[in-house]
Amino acid sequence: MADDKKQDASHEIQQEVVKSDAVQLEVINVREGAFGAHGTGDTSGFGGLTQPVIMPGAAQKPYGGWYDEVADKLATLTLPEAIEKVVVHNGEITFFIRRHALLDTVTHLRNDPELRFEFCSSVSGVHFPHETDRELHVAIHLLSMTHNRRIRVEVVAPDSDPHIPSIVSIYPTADWHERETYDFFGIIFDGHPALTRIMMPDDWPGHPQRKDYPLGGIPVEFKGGTIAPPDQRRSYS
Amino acid sequence: MTQGLNEERTDPYAGTTETSDGPVFTVTGQDWDTIDPSAVEGDHLVINMGPQHPSTHGVLRLVLEIDGETVRDARAGIGYLHTGIEKNMEYRTWTQGVTFCTRMDYVAPFSNEAAYVMAVEKLLGIEAPEKAQAIRVLLLELNRISSHLVCLATGGMEIGALTVMTIGFRDREEILNLFELITGLRMNHAYFRPGGVALDLPDGAIEKIRATVRLLKKRLPEYAALCNANPIFKGRLKGVGHLELAGCMALGLTGPVLRSTGYDWDLRKKQPYWGYDTYDFDVVTRDEPDAYGRFRVRLDEMWESLKIVEQATERIASMAGEPVMVADKKIAWPSQLSVGADGQGNSAEHIKHIMGESMEALIHHFKIVTEGFRVPVGQAYASIESPRGEISCHLVSDGGTRPYRAHFRDPSFVNLQGTSVMSEGGMISDVIVAIASIDPVMGGVDR
Repeated sequence: MADDKKQDASHEIQQEVVKSDAVQLEVINVREGAFGAHGTGDTSGFGGLTQPVIMPGAAQKPYGGWYDEVADKLATLTLPEAIEKVVVHNGEITFFIRRHALLDTVTHLRNDPELRFEFCSSVSGVHFPHETDRELHVAIHLLSMTHNRRIRVEVVAPDSDPHIPSIVSIYPTADWHERETYDFFGIIFDGHPALTRIMMPDDWPGHPQRKDYPLGGIPVEFKGGTIAPPDQRRSYS
Repeated sequence: MTQGLNEERTDPYAGTTETSDGPVFTVTGQDWDTIDPSAVEGDHLVINMGPQHPSTHGVLRLVLEIDGETVRDARAGIGYLHTGIEKNMEYRTWTQGVTFCTRMDYVAPFSNEAAYVMAVEKLLGIEAPEKAQAIRVLLLELNRISSHLVCLATGGMEIGALTVMTIGFRDREEILNLFELITGLRMNHAYFRPGGVALDLPDGAIEKIRATVRLLKKRLPEYAALCNANPIFKGRLKGVGHLELAGCMALGLTGPVLRSTGYDWDLRKKQPYWGYDTYDFDVVTRDEPDAYGRFRVRLDEMWESLKIVEQATERIASMAGEPVMVADKKIAWPSQLSVGADGQGNSAEHIKHIMGESMEALIHHFKIVTEGFRVPVGQAYASIESPRGEISCHLVSDGGTRPYRAHFRDPSFVNLQGTSVMSEGGMISDVIVAIASIDPVMGGVDR
């Protein structure tokens, strides 16, 4: 019985390996050591560990449930090569859309009666400084109230060319979301009616939620001891 | 701004109030006589309302272009309460994150915590024990009542109905007393934790909740009696801040604003979580998409929440002794809290165990408190129905002990985009009513 289970598990792992496309692996970081401390006299050997941090890879059909319906319908409507990959993870489906096709794709997502994602819940950014030429991600969360489904549309842009088409013309609610993402990540949404800062003052230098922007803070002094600011304290890998 | 003005300015941080577009007057109230009307060109006047105006629900700035008393153009300026909560969360453990996000929408702190812990639990692939879920539902619904009470109270105050304000805060106080009894704090609770809640209900809490429910049942009809048919109240609210379903969809408005258009969209029913599908309650809708309709929706929602509170209380009462945190010791917070004579503190038994009996237990305690637990790589999006609408949390994990990215879709932030369309073309005094009907909390808007 136990052996059976083990075999099942290894089979599943094998499937996982087959499923993910090696070319599209999203390595977002490389983790070193096991304890987060560097340059110490760690003689355990764990300090020499290096592990890539890989985001969940592309899924292969069938995705299961309504995911296939949406994916198939979307594939017939979008421009060729629009869908870079589809990731199914944690019970959520993510469509990676190439940025030149974003506006066209979300138009279909909203207008097609079988898709009908009429509600844009959120637009936000993520900064992966170690993912060369794919540093900036924009995650658009769409909700279909008609079919009671949620999907995520993800678009990537290199740091050297941080432009992504604006979806305000399709989802007016994205106005403030895109301004916030611009403010915090420096992603420029082409076609936005008034892309200005929204949270930070207009003359603020830099984009605070990028990973290369320091958190800041001052040490807290106690009698006989000092606590470093949060971004300089020990961190665990 | 002409090029010449730019060149003259040497200090990059110099005031940005200079404009070449018409004369600028600075008046702060009761000194309007100082403006010489002959100096005003044209009919239109651009005024700043806020960010320190008492009727803007915190530090909200409105830029209004007015023609007499009619608003021609309204824009909301936000960001005055930005505290970098999302960025800060990237430097704390997954458990500490609750302490930060509870401070966003401070009128409905449990909703913030709920969205966050739900996303963390989704990434971890765990589910909180049944009793923890019932306690969460109980607190979320009590919080919905207290939040709606604040909305009615402040909304009433802004149109001069001061009695609504005083009784609103009087009743909210009863609920805050319950929060203080259960979580130790009136706000900023940090009571929901990934995997459950911080500690079980204290002795006597069930009785106190039942008594409060009885009291609220007596007091809630007072709002209806004061306002529902009050001609002045109706005159100020009816037809103000009108926004149809199509407008809500396009601008992303959810919550009571959406339900006042007659659409029964409520995540507690549509995408149930934590056993909401097993509670008996109705979604309140109304075919009056204006400030009055939203007032009535909130009023009726408080009754539905009371129904859920009663059911959750009975469930929790029948689950005495059951765990409120997942059994997995690699995730569960190790310290056992108990209520001592001086309020709350660590359980003496737990301290005896780690300090005197088991070195391994001490190591485990130390590691999980200082280092925290690791969360598998991936991203998750969790949404719940807060008193103001859909609050969602988008979490990205790189497999470490801290969130790689935490983003909140706050309903106040999104709903506030409806300000312009709700108030343009109306009177300047109706702007306040329209904003009060959105019920924005700036802590949530700016995060």
